[in-house]
Amino acid sequence: MLIKGTETMDSLVIAGRKFNSRLMVGTGKFSSNQAMQSAMEASGCEIVTVALRRVDINNPGDSMLQYIDRERYLLLPNTSGARDAEEAVRLARLACAAGCEPWIKLEITPDPYYLLPDPIETLKAAIILIKEGFNVLPYMPADPVLARHLEEAGCVTVMPLGAPIGTNRGMRTRDLINIIIEQANVPVVVDAGLGAPSHVAEAMEIGADAVLVNTALADTPNPALMGEAFKKGVEAGRMAYLAGLGPQRVKAQASSPLTGFLREE
Amino acid sequence: MNMRVNGEDYQAETGLTIGQLLHRLGLQAERVVLEINTNIINAADSTDTELHDGDNLEIIQFVGGG
Repeated sequence: MLIKGTETMDSLVIAGRKFNSRLMVGTGKFSSNQAMQSAMEASGCEIVTVALRRVDINNPGDSMLQYIDRERYLLLPNTSGARDAEEAVRLARLACAAGCEPWIKLEITPDPYYLLPDPIETLKAAIILIKEGFNVLPYMPADPVLARHLEEAGCVTVMPLGAPIGTNRGMRTRDLINIIIEQANVPVVVDAGLGAPSHVAEAMEIGADAVLVNTALADTPNPALMGEAFKKGVEAGRMAYLAGLGPQRVKAQASSPLTGFLREE
Repeated sequence: MNMRVNGEDYQAETGLTIGQLLHRLGLQAERVVLEINTNIINAADSTDTELHDGDNLEIIQFVGGG
């Protein structure tokens, strides 16, 4: 049986919109726009995040937007760089004015060393942006109480971190994410720190609805191959979750029959 | 007239429009968004808008990000 609750194996619904992929991809830090494009393509993702920055007016360069097929991918701008709610709201409004749909990955990280999200400013900004009609996907500490507040405020997902951004350290917050998954009524997207297909598989196995990955795909000599590996990791984890994992035991439980041995008992 | 563009001093002739400025900087209006004196402006819809002495512009674009 592939159906559990109202979800099917192949569709993720966020704010009433259906997606076939449960892997979201960040577009930062790739060695080239072509490398980014190949990782996106191989990953099968349908949602890609982007950031907003000042143009270098002395060296404007190529716009990376021309490498993203807007028919195929939902552009999800983030508010990275924001240190408080006011800066995040400003970035969200700019993204909307730039022609994006009103979807925003809310990200407020005042701490430059661990880039940990500020829970108070995140909730404050979420309330303002939701009132303005945005679909808000907040990057957040893996805190079940905060997840509930963000959900009650009207966020369309919650996005707890597995480990700090770019660390590739995996599901360090697993026990707390478990509680968030148990309690959430909106999709739970594990964001940040997932550095290997086994990490995303683990997130999906415990019931996360989706994951967001960037550094792991950018920081490899072969982004396309890694994109495919992560796609399979997400799919494997999701399938295992839907199938239902067997219970863990302390003592061995034989897989072969315990009768008919070729010896006298 | 004197303006500020992305934190730098920028001199231009009176009557310069948004479209002309972006062209001069080698930027496509569809690919950027502007803030003029903290008001957000859709660049592509405002190419004929004239800039003024003392204007403070931010020209912003999408870049890779997670």
